[in-house]
Amino acid sequence: MSHKQPRRSWVYTVLGCLFLAFMLFPVYWMVNASFQPGVSTADLDWLPIHPGLDGYRAAFSTQGANLLTSLVVAVGAVLVCLTVATPAAYALSLYRVRGAAAVMFALLLSQMIPGIVIANALYSAYNDLGILNTTVGLILADSALGVPFSILIIQAFMRAIPMSLLEAARVDGAGRLRTFVWIVLPLSRNAMITAALFSFLFAWSDFLFALTLNSNSAARPVTLGIYLFIGGYVADWGSVMATATMASVPAAVLLVAAQKYIAAGATGGAVKA
Amino acid sequence: MMTEPRPGPARRQMRRREEAFRWAFLAPAIAFLLLYFGYPIVKNLMMSVQDYTTRTFYTGEAPFVGLANYAAVVKSSVFSTALINTVLFTVGSITGQFTIGLALAVFFKKHFPLNGVMRSLMLLPWLLPMIVSSAIWKWMLDKDSGVVNQLLGLAGVENIPWLTSTEVALVAVVMVNIWLGIPFNMTILYSGLQDIPDELYEAAALDGATGWKAFRNITWPLLRPVVSVVLILGVVYTLKVLDIILGLTEGGPSGATETLATQSYRLSFANFEFGQGAALGNILVLISLVFALAYLRMTRSGVED
Repeated sequence: MSHKQPRRSWVYTVLGCLFLAFMLFPVYWMVNASFQPGVSTADLDWLPIHPGLDGYRAAFSTQGANLLTSLVVAVGAVLVCLTVATPAAYALSLYRVRGAAAVMFALLLSQMIPGIVIANALYSAYNDLGILNTTVGLILADSALGVPFSILIIQAFMRAIPMSLLEAARVDGAGRLRTFVWIVLPLSRNAMITAALFSFLFAWSDFLFALTLNSNSAARPVTLGIYLFIGGYVADWGSVMATATMASVPAAVLLVAAQKYIAAGATGGAVKA
Repeated sequence: MMTEPRPGPARRQMRRREEAFRWAFLAPAIAFLLLYFGYPIVKNLMMSVQDYTTRTFYTGEAPFVGLANYAAVVKSSVFSTALINTVLFTVGSITGQFTIGLALAVFFKKHFPLNGVMRSLMLLPWLLPMIVSSAIWKWMLDKDSGVVNQLLGLAGVENIPWLTSTEVALVAVVMVNIWLGIPFNMTILYSGLQDIPDELYEAAALDGATGWKAFRNITWPLLRPVVSVVLILGVVYTLKVLDIILGLTEGGPSGATETLATQSYRLSFANFEFGQGAALGNILVLISLVFALAYLRMTRSGVED
């Protein structure tokens, strides 16, 4: 079809560009403003023709520590998610476990529980344990966003691994553990990357646990930093937008560098679960 | 394996070891799920029937009060507002997200240059941290300096107090949430469209069914299962939205954008009435559960087909 009507298909491309421009305008507006600090919107240029980095300087000095906290928390959550999820996915996908259906049911259900309910209970538990306002506490809470998703994504992938491969390994004398480490893990690389990317994003974007399980600045991620920034009267949107832009970098990088994993995660997480 | 006559002791031992091995692999995940989902649910149920306040943290005392928290929450003047807002917010968001998402999915099903690149760039709003999105929109919707009013001004529209008027704040919040949800709807529906074989459209075209007719007779009926899943997931996700509302309006002005989720947050973490927060949270869970069970039923029957 497309070969017969090249002219018409370019019309679609133009239309697509318009839709895209409409959808991405807010993102553009953020980046544009981030390079024009101290300028009120009324005088803001539509293009950053007089770019300045003051917004980024201000953002780094006030939010640098928070960005670092976000990074530590997100990487920590990825490690927890993969460590917990990968073996579980293996057990659920390759061997018939009695109660596996119940576990899968619980996984799906857990993704639908409102975060505020979890936060409400965690607050008192964290208070008793003395891990409010700690990075470790936040890493574990944020992992809760990624663990069910990771297990579902990875096990769906592992199901496709041919049994014959594993049996061959066993014939060669490899035990369960060695089969897992040397055959299943390398084969599941793509699914693990997808799970890691999303676990990272979930933790990086988390706002609710950051808000409820932290009341001081000891472990404040950048999402909470932005919230506190915009909570009152904002004098300089340029710096806020510089912070927002930096907080968006992981999403943008993932979008460019890991497209196929993003697509796999977006559809796999919802439908193929 | 099961039909083999009497497994020898060695075999039985091996089996037992295998079983132990499987559970060892599952144990960390189960422990994690119990701690971070099981415990909170049970704890929340307990807190909701206790007088659980900041005092509890010092004295350790949280007297049993029966259903008093539920009564207090439901009787409070905010509840009916929050409930209505939640319904409006959810229905409005889902309607907008779904319609636009479906239209875009159908649009991107056509073959044209740069299709794939555009489709993935469309995902950006969905991948951004929600609080970032609410910061951008809070500024864009500012009454005096926001770009939205500037653009409307070009068309002769007077400045609209998007986030500060009780009449339009909910509309503004719904608009932003629609913008956020379009990519998710589009992606899932697009992948659903991909599963409809092209031959069906070709055959229909021979019969003269193209465009709207083809959509009504082929696309819509075949897409139905995916549509149901998208809608139900959309509802479950929208019911628990907090970031957007807290970031844009904090539930204000004077409760105009308060939902069950934000009200539950406020009860616990602003008023420190953890018992009441838990009670409202449980009501929210109950509502989500209805939709969640419908979803599970649907995906399960989808898998078994």
